[in-house]
Amino acid sequence: MGLVASPRRAPICREHALSDDSDTEFEPQTLTLPLDGWHRARGARMVEFAGYWMPIQYEGIVAEHEWTRTSAGLFDVSHMGQLLLSGPGLDAAVEALLPIDLSTLKLGQQRYSLLLDEQGGVLDDLMVSRWPDSLYLVVNGATKWDDIAHIRENLPDEITLNHLEDRALLALQGPKAADALARHVHGDHPLSALTFMRFGHFTIAGQEVTIARAGYTGEDGFEISLPAAAAAEIAQLLCGEPEVKPIGLGARDSLRLEAGLPLYGHDLSPDTSPVEAGLVFGINKRRRTEGGYPGAERINREIAEGTQRKWVGLTIDGRMPAREGAEVFAGGEKVGVVTSGGFSPTLGAPIAMAYVASQHAGEGTALEIEVRSKRLAATVAATPFVPHRYYRGK
Amino acid sequence: MPRYFTDEHEWIEVDGDTATVGITDYAQGQLGDIVFVELPQPGTQVAKGKDAAVVESVKAASDVYAPITGEVTEANGALEDDPALVNSAPEDGGWFFKLTISDPSELEGLMDAAAYKSFCDGL
Repeated sequence: MGLVASPRRAPICREHALSDDSDTEFEPQTLTLPLDGWHRARGARMVEFAGYWMPIQYEGIVAEHEWTRTSAGLFDVSHMGQLLLSGPGLDAAVEALLPIDLSTLKLGQQRYSLLLDEQGGVLDDLMVSRWPDSLYLVVNGATKWDDIAHIRENLPDEITLNHLEDRALLALQGPKAADALARHVHGDHPLSALTFMRFGHFTIAGQEVTIARAGYTGEDGFEISLPAAAAAEIAQLLCGEPEVKPIGLGARDSLRLEAGLPLYGHDLSPDTSPVEAGLVFGINKRRRTEGGYPGAERINREIAEGTQRKWVGLTIDGRMPAREGAEVFAGGEKVGVVTSGGFSPTLGAPIAMAYVASQHAGEGTALEIEVRSKRLAATVAATPFVPHRYYRGK
Repeated sequence: MPRYFTDEHEWIEVDGDTATVGITDYAQGQLGDIVFVELPQPGTQVAKGKDAAVVESVKAASDVYAPITGEVTEANGALEDDPALVNSAPEDGGWFFKLTISDPSELEGLMDAAAYKSFCDGL
């Protein structure tokens, strides 16, 4: 057995369903992350992703997926880029680069934003947090080197960009994440003071960490930035809690798909606009009227007039999954393409995300997806497929 | 009944002029949780080394090749309701399809259990 016929080929013994699709003219050596040995010692199956060896699974994707939905999963996302920007005129300089309104981003707040090219295409999606005298950015692993070059090139010289390569990043996600993490966190405020998209400085095992209440699973959870040298100790500490197990990239992908969250390089690219992708919330309100960010003309026009296509969720009849690249039809007419698709462990059925012509993008619209010359019945569905359970306070 | 293995991780068990085909335990372990199996309909002609079925795990789809040439006589209907049988009983209840044997000499190049085990040990 081996490659599947279409649309994405996957040899059985080599896993690249989640592989980094960025164009590389040479094959750089695959790098290791601070927890490499820790993952291997725990029986992880390691694959290349975003230029690093990363764990795709431990005991199995479905078991890990269900564990995260019902308890708490620890994800190593140290491949992501952690950047710290500081210097005079920082806010104005960053607003020239991102469609964010920094006048409303207070200390202790985090916000989703987008790195855009001059045409409004998406170069990356990222998180921005206000730290004292600085802005902290978390960018995607596969794009971080290009991001750093782009940001550096487009910021004035007096702005300092620090790539925090000595920091690891762990995500603890799931309904029991807060209970498990609270046992190890010390700080001026209790962990429970953090609500969704807030962050604070704490200590864990005597190490200075920053914790944001955010994630990529749709569950309540945290992203913990910590010294790389302490990553194994803290990962071990957290996995010592009965609620916590390590979770691989495979479940991270199925969890985010159920949560209706886009994956850069698949659902977002320079060929997609944030408006098509339903990410208008990433264009902050003041910026929609004032503009002054890359691609503002196109994006503000699209917000006013709509787009030719929209990124939508699709539920699929039967059990056969539709994968990235599968074409979407309305009768004989091709109206879209799947950008992410797979089997939802929570729903026990295949789900997909696709760009679909706007006249066919209404919820409940019956469409078909072509998989290996067969037409699967699909329906445009509300997303998230599985409700978000973010903690927004009592 | 003699059982043979391919270097693409299919097994084939011969019973007179018919045979049963499935994927090996090693293969299911590599694929992970299997969520769907697309099987050939009875009457389908399959050719040695060519696509015969598709197995979908959570993360990817993989082709299953016919170990030999023949005509499919039966597909394992149990996999329709419970594709995870391929994970739990890959070399037993999780079989894929049965076929007639067109050319018994095609079996000659396949591995026996011991040869397949050392093949996998070397991967």
